[in-house]
Amino acid sequence: MNTFRKHVIQPIIDCWSLIVGLKITGKYFCKPLITVHYPREVIDSENLSTYGGHVELIGKPKDPATPKCISCMMCVTNCPSGCLTVVKSKAPKPTADQEAAWKAAEEAGEKVEKPKAPKNPAKFIYDYTKCSLCGTCIENCPAKSLRFSNNIYWVATSRAEMKIDLLARLKGQAAEVSAPAHAPKSEASAPAEKEA
Amino acid sequence: MSAYQNSEQMKGDFYTQKFEAGKRDGTLILNMGPQHPSTHGVLRIVVELDGEYVVRAEPVLGYLHRMHEKMGETQTWGGFIPNMGRVDYGHPMAWNWAYCGAVEKLMGIEVPERAELLRVIMTELNRLTSHLLWWGAYILDLGAFTPIMYAFDDREMLLDILQRPTASRLTYSNFRVGGLQMDVDDKCIEMIKAFIPHFRKRLPMYKDLVTDNLILRRRIEDIGIIDQDMCRRYGCTGPVLRGAGVAYDVRRAEPYSVYDRFDFEIPTQTSACSAGRYLVRVAEMEQSMRIIEQAIEMLPSAQGGYIVDKAPKPAMKPPVGEAYFCVEGGRGKVGVYVVSDGSKTPYRVKLRAPGFSNLSAFAEAATGTLIADAVAILGSLDLIIPEIDR
Repeated sequence: MNTFRKHVIQPIIDCWSLIVGLKITGKYFCKPLITVHYPREVIDSENLSTYGGHVELIGKPKDPATPKCISCMMCVTNCPSGCLTVVKSKAPKPTADQEAAWKAAEEAGEKVEKPKAPKNPAKFIYDYTKCSLCGTCIENCPAKSLRFSNNIYWVATSRAEMKIDLLARLKGQAAEVSAPAHAPKSEASAPAEKEA
Repeated sequence: MSAYQNSEQMKGDFYTQKFEAGKRDGTLILNMGPQHPSTHGVLRIVVELDGEYVVRAEPVLGYLHRMHEKMGETQTWGGFIPNMGRVDYGHPMAWNWAYCGAVEKLMGIEVPERAELLRVIMTELNRLTSHLLWWGAYILDLGAFTPIMYAFDDREMLLDILQRPTASRLTYSNFRVGGLQMDVDDKCIEMIKAFIPHFRKRLPMYKDLVTDNLILRRRIEDIGIIDQDMCRRYGCTGPVLRGAGVAYDVRRAEPYSVYDRFDFEIPTQTSACSAGRYLVRVAEMEQSMRIIEQAIEMLPSAQGGYIVDKAPKPAMKPPVGEAYFCVEGGRGKVGVYVVSDGSKTPYRVKLRAPGFSNLSAFAEAATGTLIADAVAILGSLDLIIPEIDR
């Protein structure tokens, strides 16, 4: 009798669990969709804003086309994967007249003030193929000139495209922002100011 | 030598040739993997089959070896942290914590209370994502497709929460020596507070949909017995050990960080079978939520910031010495052993992956079972192959 119960009756009782499962499936089948059909719909910008895409430069609040970067090379030294290449700007080449004037002044024993190299980088190349998005460059930037972009729809079709010129990108962004009006510009630089 | 090994065309590669067939005649040597959906990545198992029954099984590893330990010797101390996010994609925060904890121990850094609580919250949220991923994938292995959709529904919410303070969705590397990369904002705390009651409501649904299901129970009960003795021999930890009835959890056994302040239970099952391990993991999700709730309550009164003042730079130079730190990961005891010779790069980094020990027990547990059950046993161990190969 006991084996009969174990092998025949109990399995029939246990089959109720299948009906319970089907009930749940039916309930959720009638609920609205929670997924997004991508090309026609996109996810909300609230979620996009926290997305950490590739690294990008932050422009100066007053001059969004120029980065806050001071070419100190902290990002380059601390990057674990070596994906950043920063080239410092050189001092402007003096003209022949200037050189002659400085020479004369030096001979006269005066202190000469030669123009210093601008702090802005001449080149800021970022190799996305190597980046592991750890954010070490962002933390170690003393000028707070780097951040994660939320460029979620960016695609590259070749390896060369993955090498991004961040200075050109910043110029493009600044032109885009300043084109309609001045109002959105402050919005773009707001997070930078907050960090600073 | 089976008939297959004699044939020139079918003799296979090194592992298949060296895999000596047993005394029985007429057995079949079969490769499961390395490209097989049930092996979660690139695990390969050479099995000797007698009909449908597994006579012997042997895991072959190394298809996903990325030499993380060797990379540690060439990276700076801080530069190795992103690697920790890649060792185990299921529960990367535990690895982050184990490594940062070891370096902090070496340097004698005391982490602020707030940072510790935030670490606890994030690691427990990550444990939920890890268990949800396992839960969906395990049921998928067993042939049920829809449950992974429910699991990923909830997992996506968790990823959205974790995306805010970490800026990544899978390979988190937001731990730093002395604290965290960035602070958690109020919105994130609100999202966690909203998520926990929502997930509490979902858990009974999971139980009705899958755990109580007749087909699943008949499929996983009483197969793949890994008892206490076997766990001791192979060094199994985590849910595998707790499924065998041993209430061992690093969070309770050797409380690190602030885990001694929380009130939580260590779920155990005495059946030691696949179903036991399944139930332990499902029960652990509830305990993780309890820890998160308590940590969030403590957060406003916590001292300090999200990172210690004067946190070391990535090119720090810890004093000469060695340190070992272990934490409880989603799969078991995660340990990191670091040796410093006083330079900018570690002298040696040794990673103790729980999955490696858990997988070792598979060969013995699967012997004598049906090949379909072997898949169910393999899934119940919650293997993440990148972690095993490292």
